Amino acid sequence: MSSTSQDKPRKQVHLAAHFPGVNNTTVWSDPEAGSHIEFSSFAHFARTAERAKFDFLFLAEGLRLREQGGQIYDLDVVGRPDTFTILTALAAVTEHLGLTGTINSTFNEPYEVARQFASLDHLSDGRAAWNVVTSWDAFTGENFRRGGFLPQEERYSRAEEFLHTANELFDSWHGDEIVADRRTGTFLRDAKAGAFVHQGQHFDIQGQFNVPRSPQGRPVIFQAGDSDEGREFAASSADAIFSRYATLKEGQAFYTDVKGRLARYGRTRDQLLILPAATFVLGDTDAEAEEISREVRRQQVSGATAIKHLEFVWNRDLSAYDPDGPLPDIDPDLGEHTIARGRAQVRMYRDPLATAREWRELAAANKWSIRDLVIETGNRQAFVGSPATVAETIDSFVQADASDGFILVPHITPGGLDTFADTVVPLLQERGVYRTEYEGTTLRDHLGLAHPDDVRDERAAS
Amino acid sequence: MSASSSLPDSSPSSSPLHLAVALDGAGWHPAAWREPVARPRELLTAGYWTDLVTEAERGLLDFVTIEDALGLQSSHLTEPDGRTDQVRGRLDAVLIAARVAPLTSHIGLVPTAVVTHTEPFHISKAIATLDYVSTGRAGVRVQVSPRAHEAAHFGRRTFPPLRIEDLDTPAVRELTTDLFDEAADYVEAVRRLWDSWEDDAEIRDVATGRFVDRDKLHYIDFEGKHFSVKGPSITPRPPQGQPIVSALAHATIPYRLVARAADIGYVTPHDAGQARAIVEEIRAEQTAAGRADEPLHLFGDLVVFLDDDPAEAAARREHLDTLAGYPYTGDARIFTGSPAQLADLLQELAEAGLSGFRLRPAVLGHDLPAVTRGLVPELQRRGVFRQSYESDTLRGLLGLSRPVNRYAATA
Repeated sequence: MSSTSQDKPRKQVHLAAHFPGVNNTTVWSDPEAGSHIEFSSFAHFARTAERAKFDFLFLAEGLRLREQGGQIYDLDVVGRPDTFTILTALAAVTEHLGLTGTINSTFNEPYEVARQFASLDHLSDGRAAWNVVTSWDAFTGENFRRGGFLPQEERYSRAEEFLHTANELFDSWHGDEIVADRRTGTFLRDAKAGAFVHQGQHFDIQGQFNVPRSPQGRPVIFQAGDSDEGREFAASSADAIFSRYATLKEGQAFYTDVKGRLARYGRTRDQLLILPAATFVLGDTDAEAEEISREVRRQQVSGATAIKHLEFVWNRDLSAYDPDGPLPDIDPDLGEHTIARGRAQVRMYRDPLATAREWRELAAANKWSIRDLVIETGNRQAFVGSPATVAETIDSFVQADASDGFILVPHITPGGLDTFADTVVPLLQERGVYRTEYEGTTLRDHLGLAHPDDVRDERAAS
Repeated sequence: MSASSSLPDSSPSSSPLHLAVALDGAGWHPAAWREPVARPRELLTAGYWTDLVTEAERGLLDFVTIEDALGLQSSHLTEPDGRTDQVRGRLDAVLIAARVAPLTSHIGLVPTAVVTHTEPFHISKAIATLDYVSTGRAGVRVQVSPRAHEAAHFGRRTFPPLRIEDLDTPAVRELTTDLFDEAADYVEAVRRLWDSWEDDAEIRDVATGRFVDRDKLHYIDFEGKHFSVKGPSITPRPPQGQPIVSALAHATIPYRLVARAADIGYVTPHDAGQARAIVEEIRAEQTAAGRADEPLHLFGDLVVFLDDDPAEAAARREHLDTLAGYPYTGDARIFTGSPAQLADLLQELAEAGLSGFRLRPAVLGHDLPAVTRGLVPELQRRGVFRQSYESDTLRGLLGLSRPVNRYAATA
C-alpha cells in the first residue's frame, strides 16, 4: 500500500477505545463516574465504541494490586475484572467490535492462553486480539505457582518464545479437519489434528491442541513495550502497537523508527499498525475544552496523588512534603526501587537524578508547587478542543504519519466516549477518513490485515 | 460407619428437588453427533451454546454445567485414543459460560476448570467475573487431571501412565491423594481470594481522595505444597460473595474433596442403596472435616435417553451403540425410559438422601428438550419442582445464603 506519488491517498483513521482502569486517568470522583466492575459499565462502553464504528475495545491487565510504601495504593481506581471473561461476555452484546486483551506471557502457560484466545475468537466470530506483555517481578509472582522466577533480561526471550509457541498451537489445526459426515461416521479427517511439539529454552511441551482453528486463524497480535527489544519484538511479530507517543513529534519519531524495522523481517509498512493511547477533552468551543481540561487535570491529581507520583522518581517516602509547596531539595534514592511496586510508570523514569533536576528547574522557573508540576508534566490530554478541532487534529496526525490512529482513553467510566462518538466521529466521516459502516466482520478486516492463512498460502506459492 | 439417621442433616432445601443438566459436545453418547437433530458443525459456535442454555432456562433448571479438559476428548480415561469417529475439539468452558451469561437471566452457569495445571489466582478472578457478568449466577466445577499427556501440554510436571487396573495400587493411590489434596488447596485459595475484598471496600471517599479502604482488602497468604498465593484478588468480591464450587466424585478420596471444599458434589449411584451408602460416606467425611453444619448438596448424575414411549428410548440407545461400534457405558447410570419413569426414579433416589440431579442428555438436541418439556412438567405436577424461578442468584436457587466474608468476620 506504500505510495510515493505526490498526491498521496488520504490514510484512513483507525480508532479504538481503552476502558480506563487503574492509574489516575479515571476521575472516579465525578458524579457521572460509574462502576469499573459491573458488566453494565463494560456493555455501555462497548456499545458506544461499536456505535462509533471503532476497530476494537482494549483492556489492560494487572495481576497484583499496586503498593506504595508497603501499603495497597488507594488513591486511584483499584480492582478490575478478568480480561478473557469480560471480553467474551462483551462478544454477546456487540457484533463487530474487536476485543483486545492484555495477557501476560510470564505468569501464564502457552497451551492455556492459546486455548483461551482461540475460544474467544470462536465465540466472537473472529474479533479476538492479544496484547502480549511481559513482566518479571517477584512481587507479581507471589500470586502464581511459578513465583518470581524470571530474571529481567529473560522476559523478552520468554515472551518471544511464548508467542512463537502459541502460534504453533494456533497453526496446529488447518481448519478443514472437522468434516462431521453423519453417513460415514467420520467426524475428524485427521486423527493427528492439533499435534504439536515444541522444545525451547522456556517451554518443552508436546501433544495435541484441543481447540480447532478459529475464524481469524490466530488472534491479532498487539505489542506495548517501548524498549529497543520491545520495538524489535513488535517489528518481527506484532500486527499492531499500543504506543504511548500521542504528540506529533514524538509520534512521528516512533512511527519512523518502528516502521523502519519491518523490512529486515520481510514485512511491509502496512503490516504493523501504530496506535498510541490518547486522552481527550471535548467542549463546545476550544476555550471551553481548555477550561474543562484544566479542571479534569486537577481532579486527576489531588495533593496526595502528587506526592505519591513524586515518590516514583524519588524512590523515598515524601509524605512529609506539602503538595502545595516547593519540590524536595533532597535527591532521589538510586538503590533498588522499593517505594512503589506493581507500577508500569516507575520504569518510565530511567534516570531519576536527571528527572529530579529537570523538574526542580521547571518548577522554579514557573513557580510551580509539587502538585502544579505533576499536573503540568504528567497529565496533559492529547486532544483538547471543540469536536471540529479534535477531528482535524486527529486526521492531521494520521496524515503526517504520527500514527495510524488512536486508542482513546476517556477519563469517565463508562460514558466518556459518548460525546466523542456523537460529535467527533461524524466529522471524521465527513472528512472521508473514517468508515461509515464496518466493511468486514473480523478484527483483521477492520485493521486491514491479511488472514494468516492467506499469508501462509502466499509464502507457499512464492 | 454409623447409621445415616445419626448423621447431621445438612442437605439444604428450597425447591424440593434440584435439577441441572451437564452440557458436553453433541451429548453424552459418543455417536450423538450423528443424529439428525444434532448440530455437529456448530459445536464451536456461540449460537449453539446459547440455544442449549436458553432451553435449559426455559425448563427452570437450577444450572447447567459445561464440561472441559486440557486435552482432546478420548474414549480412554487416561490417554488419547486417536479416534476420528467421535466429537473432538472443544472451547474453554469458562468462556462459553461468559458468552452465554448476558443472554440469560436466571439459570446458573457452572463451567469446568482443571485445577491440576491452572492458576488459582486466574480461575478465582475468572469465576468472580463470571459472577459479575451473570449478576450472581456463577459456579465452577473443579476437576483434577492425572493424565500424562495433558501434563505434557504444560511441561511443568510429569505423571506416570495410568491404567484403570492400577487404580488401587499404592503408587496410584498416593498420586490420586496428592492431586485431590492439591485440588482442596486450590479451592481454599480461590475461596480466600473471593473473600479478600470486603463487600464495602470500595469507598470513593472524595474528601480523603481514597478510592478503596485498604483495611478492607486482605492478603490471603496461602501456602500449600504445590503453590502459594499472596493476594488480594484484583477483582472485588463477586455478587454471590462465594460462587458455587462443585466436584464430581466416585470414590473415597474425591468424596473427601467434596466433603471438605464443595457446595455441591456430583455422585454416580446406580440404585437407591448405593445412593444411601455414598451419601452416608460423604456426610461422615463432612463431619470429619468439621463442616457438619454447612450446607452441602449431593446431586446424582444420570445419563438420560428420554421418550414418551420407553421402547423408543431403548431403541435410540441401541441404534447409537450400533453406530458407535460398542455399547456405551460410563461412570453414571444410563437411564432409558419415559419422563414419568425418570421422575419415579429421581424421587426414589432423592429419598435416599440426594437433593438434586445432574442429568447428562445422551443426545442434547433430543434429550435436553425432553428434560425441559417432558420431565420438568411431570415433576411440577408431582409438586416437587419449582413453577417459576424464585431467585436471581444461583445460591438463591439452591437455598444457600450469601456467606459472610471470613476476613470481615474475624476483623
